[in-house]
Amino acid sequence: MASRERPGLYIHVPFCERKCPYCDFYSVPLAGSRAGIGGYLESVACEWRQAASGWPAFDTLYIGGGTPSVLDPEQIASLLDTARASLAQPAEITVELNPADVRAALLAALRAAGVNRLSLGVQSFADDELAWLGRRHDSAAAVRAIALIREADFGSLGLDLIYALPGQDPSRWRRNLQRAVALAPEHLSCYALTVAPGTPLWRRAARGEIVTDEDASAALFLDGSRLLCDAGYEHYEVSNFARLAGDPGASLRSRHNQKYWSRTPTLGLGPAAHSFDGERRWWNARDLDGYAAALAERGDARAGEERIDAAMARLEAIALGVRTADGVALAVVGDEQRCNVDRICDAGWATRREGALCPTREGLLRADGIARLLGSDPDT
Amino acid sequence: MRQTRNFSIVAHIDHGKSTLADRLIQKAGLISERDFHDQLLDDMDIERERGITIKSNTVTLPYRDEAGQDYDLNLIDTPGHVDFTYEVSRALAACEGVLLLIDATQGVEAQTLAHLYSALEHDLTIVPVINKIDLKAADVERVKEQIGSDLGLDPDEAVLISAKTGQGVEEILKAIVERIPAPAQRSAEPLACLVFDAYYDSFRGTVVSFRIVSGRLEPGDVIRFFSNGATHTVEEIGRFSLKHKPTRAMQAGDVGYLIAGIKTVSDVLIGDTFTHKHCPAEKPLPGFKEVKPVVFSSIYPISSDDYPALSDAMEKYKLNDAALTYQKDTSIALGQGFRCGFLGLLHLEVAQERLEREYGQSIIMTMPSVRYRFVLSNGQAVEVDNPAHFPDPVQVRVSEEPFILTSIMIPDRYMGAVMQLCLDCRGVNSSFSYPAPGRMEIHFDLPLAEVIFDFYDKLKSITQGYGSFDYELIGYRPSDLVKLDILVNSEPVDALATMIHRDRARTRALQICKRLKDEIPRQMFKIAIQGAIGSTIIARTNISAFRKDVTAKCYGGDVSRKRKLLEKQKRGKKRMKMVGQVQIPQSAFVSVLRTQKD
Ligand SMILES: Nc1nc2c(ncn2[C@@H]2O[C@H](COP(=O)(O)OP(=O)(O)OP(=O)(O)O)[C@@H](O)[C@H]2O)c(=O)[nH]1
Ligand code: SF4
Ligand SMILES: [Mg+2]
Repeated sequence: MASRERPGLYIHVPFCERKCPYCDFYSVPLAGSRAGIGGYLESVACEWRQAASGWPAFDTLYIGGGTPSVLDPEQIASLLDTARASLAQPAEITVELNPADVRAALLAALRAAGVNRLSLGVQSFADDELAWLGRRHDSAAAVRAIALIREADFGSLGLDLIYALPGQDPSRWRRNLQRAVALAPEHLSCYALTVAPGTPLWRRAARGEIVTDEDASAALFLDGSRLLCDAGYEHYEVSNFARLAGDPGASLRSRHNQKYWSRTPTLGLGPAAHSFDGERRWWNARDLDGYAAALAERGDARAGEERIDAAMARLEAIALGVRTADGVALAVVGDEQRCNVDRICDAGWATRREGALCPTREGLLRADGIARLLGSDPDT
Repeated sequence: MRQTRNFSIVAHIDHGKSTLADRLIQKAGLISERDFHDQLLDDMDIERERGITIKSNTVTLPYRDEAGQDYDLNLIDTPGHVDFTYEVSRALAACEGVLLLIDATQGVEAQTLAHLYSALEHDLTIVPVINKIDLKAADVERVKEQIGSDLGLDPDEAVLISAKTGQGVEEILKAIVERIPAPAQRSAEPLACLVFDAYYDSFRGTVVSFRIVSGRLEPGDVIRFFSNGATHTVEEIGRFSLKHKPTRAMQAGDVGYLIAGIKTVSDVLIGDTFTHKHCPAEKPLPGFKEVKPVVFSSIYPISSDDYPALSDAMEKYKLNDAALTYQKDTSIALGQGFRCGFLGLLHLEVAQERLEREYGQSIIMTMPSVRYRFVLSNGQAVEVDNPAHFPDPVQVRVSEEPFILTSIMIPDRYMGAVMQLCLDCRGVNSSFSYPAPGRMEIHFDLPLAEVIFDFYDKLKSITQGYGSFDYELIGYRPSDLVKLDILVNSEPVDALATMIHRDRARTRALQICKRLKDEIPRQMFKIAIQGAIGSTIIARTNISAFRKDVTAKCYGGDVSRKRKLLEKQKRGKKRMKMVGQVQIPQSAFVSVLRTQKD
């Protein structure tokens, strides 16, 4: 089922200025000390030399984190240079930025290095929400950063937003989206705030200090989706929206992220990065020291690996497919699930379109449940 | 030449049987002070936790009288609770006499009389014993009077003791050897041994408790069971001396255990007779009266795969609980299981606990039911204890349910609340008496079905634990009975069906619907839960569907995790029951059926 598309390359930058209380990505707070960065860059270069052989040219490169923009422009450029020889033309090259780090010089350097897509962690346009989220920028900084990016003439800009903060009023979420839409980004990622185990936010929830409300979150999801679709965006994955381009059917989706959802091979570099070559999935040591040590000792950073058999591939294709507007092929779902497919369609959660089961907005909101229904053995 | 005496200690619950056994064991020097603890013979965990005897226990006490004559005294401590009277009746078959204990502060109670009658039926010598005379509230004169008037025994023959302090225990021993006759000397006749108890030991096979009525028995003998003709070679016989104590030979009158490599549990039947294969006794001894269960419930393994293990455990457990009756039962929702009959609610609880603790089974029990009677329009009378067999209402001419006469003892300040409770439980024909200042005895005729549901727990709670209660079956009375079905998305869940009085159906239906609502997790689709009598819906509730069931992010590192969750739920679904396209976790049945009493 893996497509014949070119693979994608991901480089994980495991540093942040400081940790946000809701974040469960692997990243190390720099807290002023940039001592670890040099070693990290060497390790990635080393991993690349070992790992890249045998992979065809990549047509996407995504430098994510953590916060890649805490690196110096030259350091980011050096990461890009590492892989440059293996990039197909044209390639989508994305870098994640924190609004607080955006300066003309950084943008110029990225532009010069060939970056053609930026993902900006705006999260909110309300200063009180940004403070609650523990972010180090305010909304004015985000607006400034976007203006600078537009001046630097990047082809594509994506904004990240977070919603469903405890007690968040629907009108506030709508206002956030309206501000975003007014800035006309090519891409929007809207994430419902998730209370992830092990985070400071999770501890607060466990103590009962904050209460999450799934029904309220659902309402915000639907509301947001409607607003963005009305504004000319395509809701193409549970949390992702792309501006529709001039040609019918064309849009400015993230090509890199789509590779994850279509089970296209991706190579991940850096600590905690995951890779998939079509048959196996593997993942690197999660912490920076373990990652560096494993590379130094074995020339390999893998902490685990699994082979994906046909049954596993089917479950993956279902779980991923039902999260995207393009849906999952009915051939993958299987004929014995006809009953469940009917129930899902009757409930208005999906439609059959060109041999695929495509979730509606209400369906995207229940993608995990739908995957459970379709993934299970048919009832007798 | 040693002599033998076989006797049981019988009494109403808590009158001090096990405590007296303690004193006798200590007197016989069977145990050191260091190893001793109270109610020594109550060795099961449940017995210790509940402070009551559940199983009869035999122990052989060596005793030398003043004249220097040596005796083996085979003592059987019996349970006092009415649910375990079958244990007592089997013990009596191994005895020539009983110590009938009466608590000096309580006097004669229901089980005192019941045990007296069965001892008389067995032609046993009865030694009345007044216990707890150390207590301030002891009223020996009143109890003596009762012994004369209520029991028809000679009050002057009563032995006065305190099992707690040990006062009077010497006289007890004297009374045992002097008044209780020695077993009949029939050692020369062919072997006939009565099996009165057994248990399964995974190393040694079935261990049988028996009484030799005639003949002699030695290791190496080949024995044959009358019921099925199975033969076995005796490996070991012995006496109960707290631990098993092998002996070389036993003879008529002796009580002991037998090990003969009996791995087939079904070879042993309580009440059966075994004899020698060669030179056998002519006919079996009279066995035991069949027990009539009064409370019924089905037992299912929590995981249907465990049915074979449960089946094996039931067989072994039955060996040690002869009062249990069971047969196969099946449920669409819960799979294969057993329909069981119990002598009462405590018996049911004990069986459930022992199956779980001693036999490691994880089980669900359906709602307990009594046995109802129906006369059908064709004149046929049927008895039904399983809702699955509830007759077609159109065919029913008369329906009847069992009634009990209860006797409830309470401090009189709780009178109002207890009266109300009994009336709420459809009680009729009340009467009272005041056996002692401040204490009150209330009598009511109550449907047994009400009592097995939650009566006792309610009584306990409204009397802050001071209420005690006792009952006897008094027969069947006409009643308006219905079958209550529980439907999930319009499909009946057979394991949750109950037979119930029409007036109680709605409350019960609402209660079950609410429990299910609490226990069935929200799912993709809305779930309707209903209670129904026939096609009439009498209670309903809904479980709303998830509005949202999706994680926000799914990138490279999340794919494996997502897939593993799906694989896990696929495995987990094997433990789910599908009813009306709804997955009902087994745990929902467990909690609906287990928490039925609050
Ligand atoms: N004061 C006093 N308490 C006694 C005496 N005999 C027994 N008890 C107490 O009465 C309670 C019940 O005693 P058990 O020996 O367990 O009674 P039982 O008859 O074996 O009870 P079941 O086996 O449940 O029927 C315990 O708390 C004993 O300590 C006695 O002579 N004097
Ligand atoms: S900046 Fe991003 S990666 Fe870093 S801690 Fe905050 S949320 Fe996590
Ligand atoms: Mg006892």
